[in-house]
Amino acid sequence: METLLQILKDLHPDVDFETCDTLVDSGILDSFDIITLIAEISSEFDVNIPAEEIIPDNFNSAEALYALIKRLSDED
Amino acid sequence: MLFASYGFILFIGLLFIVYYSIPKKYQWQLLLGASYLFYYFSGPENLLYISFTTLSTYAAAVKISDMHRVQSQYLASHGDGMSREEKKAYKASVKSGQRRWLLACLILNFGVLAITKYSNFAIANINWALGALGSGTRVSFLQLALPMGISFYTFKTMSYIIDVYRGKYPAERNPFKLALFTSFFPQLVQGPISRFDNLSRTLFEQHSFDSRNVSRGLQRILWGFFKKVVLADRMLVAVNTIIRNPDTYQGAFVFIGMLFYAYQLYADFTGGIDITIGTAEVLGIKVEENFKRPYFSKSTAEYWRRWHITMGTWFKDYLFYPLSVSGPMLKFSKYSRQKLGDGLGKRLPVYVSTIIVWFTTGLWHGASWNFIVWGLLNGAVIIISMECQPLYDWFHGRFNVKDSFWFRLFQVVRTILLMSAIRMFDCYRDVPLTFRMLGTMFTRFDAGELSLEALLGLGLGLPDYAVLLLGLMALVSVSLAQRSGSVRDKLAGKPFVVRYAAYYVLIVSILVFGAYGIGYDASQFIYNQF
Repeated sequence: METLLQILKDLHPDVDFETCDTLVDSGILDSFDIITLIAEISSEFDVNIPAEEIIPDNFNSAEALYALIKRLSDED
Repeated sequence: MLFASYGFILFIGLLFIVYYSIPKKYQWQLLLGASYLFYYFSGPENLLYISFTTLSTYAAAVKISDMHRVQSQYLASHGDGMSREEKKAYKASVKSGQRRWLLACLILNFGVLAITKYSNFAIANINWALGALGSGTRVSFLQLALPMGISFYTFKTMSYIIDVYRGKYPAERNPFKLALFTSFFPQLVQGPISRFDNLSRTLFEQHSFDSRNVSRGLQRILWGFFKKVVLADRMLVAVNTIIRNPDTYQGAFVFIGMLFYAYQLYADFTGGIDITIGTAEVLGIKVEENFKRPYFSKSTAEYWRRWHITMGTWFKDYLFYPLSVSGPMLKFSKYSRQKLGDGLGKRLPVYVSTIIVWFTTGLWHGASWNFIVWGLLNGAVIIISMECQPLYDWFHGRFNVKDSFWFRLFQVVRTILLMSAIRMFDCYRDVPLTFRMLGTMFTRFDAGELSLEALLGLGLGLPDYAVLLLGLMALVSVSLAQRSGSVRDKLAGKPFVVRYAAYYVLIVSILVFGAYGIGYDASQFIYNQF
């Protein structure tokens, strides 16, 4: 989780990713952020997030994103 | 059949009466019949194309969905006895079978779109290349009519098959329901490009007559007609005069033409969408919005989140994301970061995807280099804005103007001008001419040329300019009012006299000031050609 929070902080240093749960809904993360994030996650966690998993529910909070990474890495 | 025609009004009038008279369970079947009849009027042969798309998509989706079902059942009954590797291998084999059906469906349907829409463009380029190489051989052009709305219904059905493949929802088992989703007539002309899960919620439901829905739908249709026949078709005259006479109208006239076209396209496209959404609403069906006050956008990226929204989200969900997270792109991303570092190295793959998406978006709009250059310029502006972000951050750190009204107004005007300039590639004959004409705005600009006499020479009289000015005020007022909620809800809260005065003014405007009158085939909706 710490690594993920650091990746997110690098993208938007001014956002409190530990509490925010509307990252996509409130427009903090746009499509460019999302694919930058996916590339970072692929390199840091060795998990590839497929296009069908790019839905607001999976990216609205750091917690949801971490759960997605865990689920995908368990399935792998 | 034109939207802005007496035939269409009669068509929806009759449909409306029958729709609310028959047993509700037959309503969607009636809509299917009406949609095919509507499409028949555009050319009977077009029914073959839309039927082919529907049937091929239906068959592939059912097959893919069946594979999902069989996989779930198999894993439920045998999963416990399987190792992790065995499960993975099984899922991969199912996925591979599904992928074959998906690819076959995509190739077939995008193939039909490519042949009907792009083959002559490809042939023209081949002939140009042959000529440049000194060959006297030429390829003959194909005599193929472009089926109405093919870009729209192909995108609708392909989003459906991809969603089924992704397991977002199961395939529709009733081919006639899928046929209605594909052909729903209000959307055939110019979208919005609805998703199956959104539209099907209301499309196949039983609808009781609801006077509020009907009244709101009629208001929306009226507003759409006003924008189309009073404003867009009127502005078209001046725009055509400017763009068809590039030797006469340069410099300041190109600037004026650019603003006029921005006005015309907005009134035309949003007017058409108003008629679409209003018609659906009268029938109790909810179609999503395609515009969110786009001319109030403060950047190009924001503009594209607010203009032709369903097209933008289609490209984002079905091209930008899959392309950006594909294996080769992730490898490129790693390579790029190793070679270029965390800054540009991270952004470069995003830029490559952006350029590919905008190239495709341009091509989707039309088979010509004009549209391709238009798309690429949009992508370029977005990339340049991203590269300039540090500069913007520095500026806002130094000057505290970010939230000031004047700075926001500056951003809005800048975005309108930029988008309007790029949009001139829709208008002029070819790319070099468009660049030359845009160049004259800087090299030969003389505001003194814009005399009253010269403006009247564009084909519009003083009363026309007065109508357009009042129309502009109405458009801006409605957009401003929409920021705090639905204008129709606000109107509903007004006294009877105010409401009916508003309807009366709109109806009289359409009848009296309609540029050509309803039903005169002066100009199809601009987006109909896409």
